This record gives sequence, structure tokens and C-alpha cells, in this order.
Amino acid sequence: MLNSESPRIESVNEFVIRFANVNGTGSASANNMFAKAVFRMGVPVSPKNIFPSNIQGLPTWYEVRVSEKGYLGSRGGVDVMVAINPQSFKQDVECLEPGGYFIYDNTKPLDLRYHRDNINYIGIPLTEICRREYSDPKQRQLFKNVIYVGALSALLELDFDVLKELIGEQFKGKEKLVAPNIHALELGYQYASENFKCPIGVRLRRSDKTDNAVLMEGNDALALGCIYGGATVAAWYPITPSTSVVDSFEKYANRLRIDPGTGDKKFAIAQAEDELAAMGMVVGASWNGARAFTATSGPGVSLMSEFLGLAYFAEVPVVLVDVQRAGPSTGMPTRTQQSDLFAAAYASHGDTKHVLLFPSTPKECFEMGAESFELAELLQTPVIILTDLDLGMNDNMSEPLAWDDSKEYKRGKVLSEEDLENMTERYGRYLDVDKDGICYRTYPGTHPTKGAFFTRGTSRDEYAIYTEDGDVYVENMERLLRKFETAKQYVPAPELIPAAETTRDGILFYGTSAAATKEALDQLAADGVHINAMRIKAFPFSKAVEDFIAQHDRVFVVEQNRDGQLRKMLIIECDIDPKKLLLVRHYNGMPITARTIRKQIHALKGGATVTPIRRKTG
Amino acid sequence: MSYIKPNFRHPQQPVNDLGLTRREYEGSLSTLCAGCGHDSVSGAIIQACFELAVPPHKVAKVSGIGCSSKTPTYFLGKSHGFNSVHGRMPSVTTGANLANRDLVYIGVSGDGDTASIGLGQFAHVMRRNLNMLYIVENNGCYGLTKGQDSATADVGSAGKQGKPNPYGPIDLCTLALQVGATFVARSFSGDKEQLVPLIKAAISHQGFAFIDVISPCVTFNNTPNSTKGYEFVRDHMEATGKVDFVPVRREITADYAPGFSQEITLHDGSVIHLYKEGGVNTRDKDQAVRMIQEYKAKGQILTGLLYVEPDSPDFHEIQGTVKRPLRDLAATDLCPGSRALEAINASMR
Repeated sequence: MLNSESPRIESVNEFVIRFANVNGTGSASANNMFAKAVFRMGVPVSPKNIFPSNIQGLPTWYEVRVSEKGYLGSRGGVDVMVAINPQSFKQDVECLEPGGYFIYDNTKPLDLRYHRDNINYIGIPLTEICRREYSDPKQRQLFKNVIYVGALSALLELDFDVLKELIGEQFKGKEKLVAPNIHALELGYQYASENFKCPIGVRLRRSDKTDNAVLMEGNDALALGCIYGGATVAAWYPITPSTSVVDSFEKYANRLRIDPGTGDKKFAIAQAEDELAAMGMVVGASWNGARAFTATSGPGVSLMSEFLGLAYFAEVPVVLVDVQRAGPSTGMPTRTQQSDLFAAAYASHGDTKHVLLFPSTPKECFEMGAESFELAELLQTPVIILTDLDLGMNDNMSEPLAWDDSKEYKRGKVLSEEDLENMTERYGRYLDVDKDGICYRTYPGTHPTKGAFFTRGTSRDEYAIYTEDGDVYVENMERLLRKFETAKQYVPAPELIPAAETTRDGILFYGTSAAATKEALDQLAADGVHINAMRIKAFPFSKAVEDFIAQHDRVFVVEQNRDGQLRKMLIIECDIDPKKLLLVRHYNGMPITARTIRKQIHALKGGATVTPIRRKTG
Repeated sequence: MSYIKPNFRHPQQPVNDLGLTRREYEGSLSTLCAGCGHDSVSGAIIQACFELAVPPHKVAKVSGIGCSSKTPTYFLGKSHGFNSVHGRMPSVTTGANLANRDLVYIGVSGDGDTASIGLGQFAHVMRRNLNMLYIVENNGCYGLTKGQDSATADVGSAGKQGKPNPYGPIDLCTLALQVGATFVARSFSGDKEQLVPLIKAAISHQGFAFIDVISPCVTFNNTPNSTKGYEFVRDHMEATGKVDFVPVRREITADYAPGFSQEITLHDGSVIHLYKEGGVNTRDKDQAVRMIQEYKAKGQILTGLLYVEPDSPDFHEIQGTVKRPLRDLAATDLCPGSRALEAINASMR
């Protein structure tokens, strides 16, 4: 039913395909299989789950950007729609690019309301095939998903052997299921190849652009970072989209952290009664010398603020992973944003500031996950990793994770029993001996008579003795500022990406805006607009960030929140003229796109109207 | 309160099995009101730890916020302490205990800290059977904010402000029994003879030990109309029986009268002797709950050891963690290394 008059998108290895499903119908594993097969063909992919806060029955989408050029951000628009869910037909038809392909179940005729002249309709009688092939209603539903993947194999020239290989891996140990799944793939393949001219305009071709890369969720990588970083205590309260951080930590720990002799666990996981308790447990464990962490999302950060203030003031190391979701209050729990910067950076009452890390890829999730413990212990303060749903819960293509076996854990300034034994002067927990704002800790139970002190959230002197002396309070708070200054030299340095040509324009971005920003910069360069770029990886902002802003006449700041939180932090913390920092923002809960960035930058530059990047249609 | 702590000590003070005097277990001078019940509880903790010969530095003291939560400064000065945030002592202690299972954890809380702001954490730390001693210094009022009624104040009880409390109390021992505490006792700050052995038994108990200590607030809630004042408690206290505690290392030498009808051997081998005449059966949770209610109906406060479950698995045993403290594990124990990571990478392709 390909309409011969309609324009058709012609593209090899550069397209966006979206699957529209009903959640709870088993579509996720079929869709994952599609993405992974493309990846195995050596073509970079960026799959994204667009799912409801619900377990069964509501529309859910899975979008895969295929990009030989390696653009992994959201592109915007859809070229191929696999429309399995009649509930969402209207929007599924509307979001297709002109010349796009609408693949649907034509067991029942398509409602004429969903007709567009400039797209191509490909009807496959999925329900009918399943009714014919299977008697069990559950099988009918599950295999429907596999059948459309089989059809895509013919339509897009997705390597059938790779699909078979993936089926084999998926059902390893349940070999009985391999043949029926391959049969389902074949049903789809056969129908498509017999009824349509395959491939259609959009198609795949084997390539070599995935090299050594891995395809994994940021939350998985972060959990591994915690394992490799030596975390022994995880305390948490379930919340989307952070839940899989601790789930994954548990999964890997059960594999990698079991004492071979006894079978005992070299880790402990406490599912707490709420986020307050989760953070309390982390504070208690870290105070007592273990590396401990928690993972949560925005609402949890609100609840943890009280303890973050205590940890800041009492100087207890804390690692907090905030997988950001959208909005104040419950907001949009299954959508992505970068809107917890203020809440995290200044969490808790009184004067507080916390170290923030902004990973962009699974590799960085892993590295920063491990590094966060070193930083927290070095600085004796909370370190908050700000990732988000987009990075955390989607498979992201990344360089492989790497670990240097010669690396030893640096536990910061901690006095041992021997240190205390040899100490002649009186031990003071908050004495700034080295003048870097960082003092010496002792763990409970270290020495029979020396080194004990009272940790408290109340004001205290250098010997941890309670005091209401204002001067002592001020001295202590000034030292904490000094410590924050010291932090600048230890947090990850920003990444500088110079433009091809000399320019007075700069752009700052962070976290998951990275892929879309880099793509937008290529597009802008093609438009003749050159911008020096810097990716910020941490707060406090290092001198390199301040220098970068100073070196440019104006600096765009790309953010996925309403208020331009990073921009405002730069203004406050680095004392920047607000006029110099121009906000490029996107915060509807979907990942930011290169299109958005490019358009907004053109508009901010006051340039001519933006011509959309033309896609080839034939 | 006094301002100076005398340095003088009798040269022949008794020493415990570690060769330490009682003084080695003391803390700084209390800043609480003179006559505060809490200071007696601190004294009982000092006495119990001294008698048990616990190495002071192997104790971690944890508290929340309030008058009671200040007290860890006033005992065991050689131990690390952590005065955390209001109502959150249980979570901090949970984390601390997970990090190092080898220390003795003494949590001190108040009725506001436990029965109101910290009720959730109190319930959940019991569900996990965390190995700790949890003492509530229960005076039925908020002392630091000048005497408001707390959630443990009895209906009709009136403090200094004179207004009878209209709301029903939360009975912490009943709650503890229902939620799963494995050692539940109630005592009175003015009854050291009962309190000290209870604390010793609670410290020796492997699992969660809860002691609700009625500890009068002399400033705001020691009125004739208060059910948590010295006068009322002394007149209405009814002990389940005399408690004696024999630590594992010490031979039983005392000559107990035949009336000792119950002997409880704790996990570490130490023994609680309970002298009771028609008292509670400390292995029967339902009976304990019932008796608390029966005594209350008579206008009396039932004290003593109410329930103990000597062989319950604590949080570490439930979790199956290694015997060594987690905080002592080094990179060689914890880091799986690059080869394992390479295998993980391979599984992600």
C-alpha cells in the first residue's frame, strides 16, 4: 500500500524510527532487540524510551535515532513510525516527517482521519497473522512484537542473522523459546518481502562506526562506578528514574562482591522507609568510615536536604546520585530535565553549597560514580551526581568502561590508631592544620583514649565542642568556603571544544545536552556561525570556566530547565554580567534536540530566519 | 547544675575487668536542669558500661535533637558521638552499624524525637532488628521549647502550663512489641537498681533493644497533675520483677533465692535473671501488650523487662554481610578489577 505519489524519505543509516506501543505488552524487549541489531551492524544508535508513569495500558513509545555520523542526541521528527497502538494513531501520524513511513496493523482498515497525503502507509495484518498462527492470547500479543521486528528486517534491510543471534542470546538457557521467536521474525519478514518493494527508502547498511563502543544505561554504569569505587553501603528509597541505580548495584554486587569462602556479602543494601532515612543511613555509614551512597530523584532531594545540610556542616562525606526527572512536586515522573541544580547545589537551610558532577555518557557515569567517593572523602562533604532520566534509563552508546588496576582508594585525611598514638598535641576535629580548609577525621573505635569527638549539627569550635560564640561560627563558615575553593582543583575539569574559525561567541553546556549541542554546533558551522564550546563537568566552577566566559563577548548557556539554573549559578558564583550569558533552553520533558539549539541560537543572534535542514526525499 | 567538675578522685576507686575506673566512662558536665531525670539515665549508662567493662572507644553514641539528645555528651567521653537531626537517630545508627558491626551502638532519644517527628524511623529500625540499644528518655513534654505536650503525654496529664492534654498517648513499648523489637523494657530514671541491669542486658542483647525510661522534666512537667512527674511515677510504678544481669565472662556467684523463676540466656552467653511474682512471661509478646494495658487501666505503670527474643537474626545476619566490618574492607576486597569490567563491556555490545 505504498502510495506511489507520496514523497519518500531516502536515507541510508541516518533516520529516526519510533515504535508506538501500549505499555505492559512486552514490546520493550522487541524494540530493544531492534536497536541492538542496528548497533551490531556497526551503525551508531540512540534509543529512547518515552514511557508513562503507569504499569499497563497506556501509550508508550520507543524512539531510535540511527546515525552513521554518530549524532546521538534527539533529532526531532520521525521518519519511520511503527504504529502498534491505535490510541495514539493521531499523534503518531502527525509527528511523521513529510515523506515518512507509517507502518501499522491493517487487520482493521485505517480510519480516514489518519490520512496524510505526504506520508507512506505500510499496512501489515499483525493481528490477523497472530490469530492464524497462535491460539494462546498471551502468545498472540508477545509475538506480534517480534513479527513487526521481522518485517522491519525486510523493509529496512536489518540483518536477519543478527536478529537470530540476539534471539539466541536472549533465550540462552530457555532454548525452547528460540525457534518460535525466530519463526515469528520470519513471519514478519516474509509478509513484508512478499507485499512491499524492499527495502523502502529508509534503510540500513553495515558499517564500522560502533568500534569498541558499548550500549548501556547510565544508571547501570553508575552502579558499576559505585562498585568499582568501593561503596559498601547503599541506602535508598525507590523512585523513578533512579531505581535502577540501586537495582543494578545489587545485581552486580551479588556477582562481584561475594566472599568466595563464606558466600557472605561484601556490601549491604538498605531499602529505607523514605528518602530522609536513606540519606541518614548514608551519613551514618560514611561517618563510620564506609563508602556509602544513595540514589534518588528530585522529590527525594527535597527530603534529603535536611541531612545534606548536616553533612555539609558536620563535614561528613556523602555521595548522592540524583537522576533528574521533570518538574517541581511530582511533575512528570517519567520525563527528563536538568532542573535540580539549585535544589542540589544549595540544598538545606543556612549557608550551604555542595559539589555537583555532571556526567554526559555512561562512561562518565562510571568514572564519576567511582570518583565521587574519592572527592567526598577528600573534601569531607556531600558530592551530588546530577544525571537525568535520558542518560540514566536509556541505552546510550558510549566508549567502553575502563579501570586502571593500579588505582588505590584515597580515603582523605583520616588519622589511624598509629597517627593518634604518636600525636603529642590535642586532637581537634576541625583544626585547619594544612590551611586548605580540610581537617583530619577519625573513625569511631580507632584509639582507646585519643581522637574521639562529638559530631554535631550545632555550631562548635575547632575541637568539636559546642559553642554559640559568633566569631567561632564565622571562622568555621569561612573555612568551609576555603574548602569549597580547594574543591575547584579536584573536581573534573571542563572540556573545551574550539570552533573551526576564530569567534567571539562561546557556548556552555553540561550533562545530557552534550550530544545535541555538539550536533547543533556542526549545523551552525555549516550555517557559517562559529562558536567556541565548553562542557562543564562540575560545580564549583573552575577558573577555566570563568576564563572561558571572560574570553568571549557573549556566551550561550544550554539548559534543560525553565529558569536557566546553571546560567544563574554562573552569574552568582562567578559574578558575571547577566547580559553576557544568553539562555538556550528546552524543558518539555523530552530530551533537547539539535534543531532547538540551532534555532534558538540563530534567534538570539538576531540573524535571518532559520531555514530547516532539508532532508532528501524522492 | 554545677559548672566545675572536680578533678579529685579517690585513689582506691574500684576498677573493672579492663582496669578502668568508673570515671573513664564519664562525659562532660551536664548542662541540663538540676534534677533532670535524663542525668540519672546518663549515670545509669555510665554504670552499666563500667560494670560490663565495655571498652569506651568501642561504643558509638548517637542521638537526635532535644534535651535527651544532648545527653550523649555527658557520658562516655572517650567514645565518638553523633548528635544528628531531629527524629533521625535511627537512620544514622543504621548506617553506622552497617559500616562497622563491631561497635556497641547506644542511641538516645526523647519522646518528641521518637514518638512524633521520628516515629517512622523508630518503627523501621525495629523491623530491621538493628543491633543497638535505643533509649527513650520519656518525660511527656518538649523541654527545649518550654513544655508543650508530647505524643506520649497521657490524656488529662497537665504540665506547668496547667492545661490538661486532650490527646491519647502513643505507648512506645506497645508499639515496639507490635513492630518487632526483640528486647523491650520500661523503667524509671529514679530507679537505678532496675535500670542499670536492664541497660547491661540490652547492650548484651544481639538485636534491637528498646528501653522506655520515664524521666521526669523537673522544669515543665513535674507537677502534681502530670503522669510523668517524680511523685506520680514513684507512687504508680509496678515492676514486673527484679532484674539481675550476669555478663558472659563472670561466673554466677550470687546466691539466688528460689523465687528466681526465669533465666534468659542471651546470644553472647550472658544471662538475665528475672525475679518475678506473677509477673510477665518475657517470651510472650501478646501477654506483655495485655499487661501494659491492664496496669495502665489501673492507673499504674508497668516497668521492668517486658519481652526478649534472644536468638533473632540482626540486620547484618538478615543481610548476610561479611563478619569483618564493611568499613575495614580494602580495594583488594572491593574492586573487581579491569578484567571483570572487560567482560561487562562485552555483555553490553
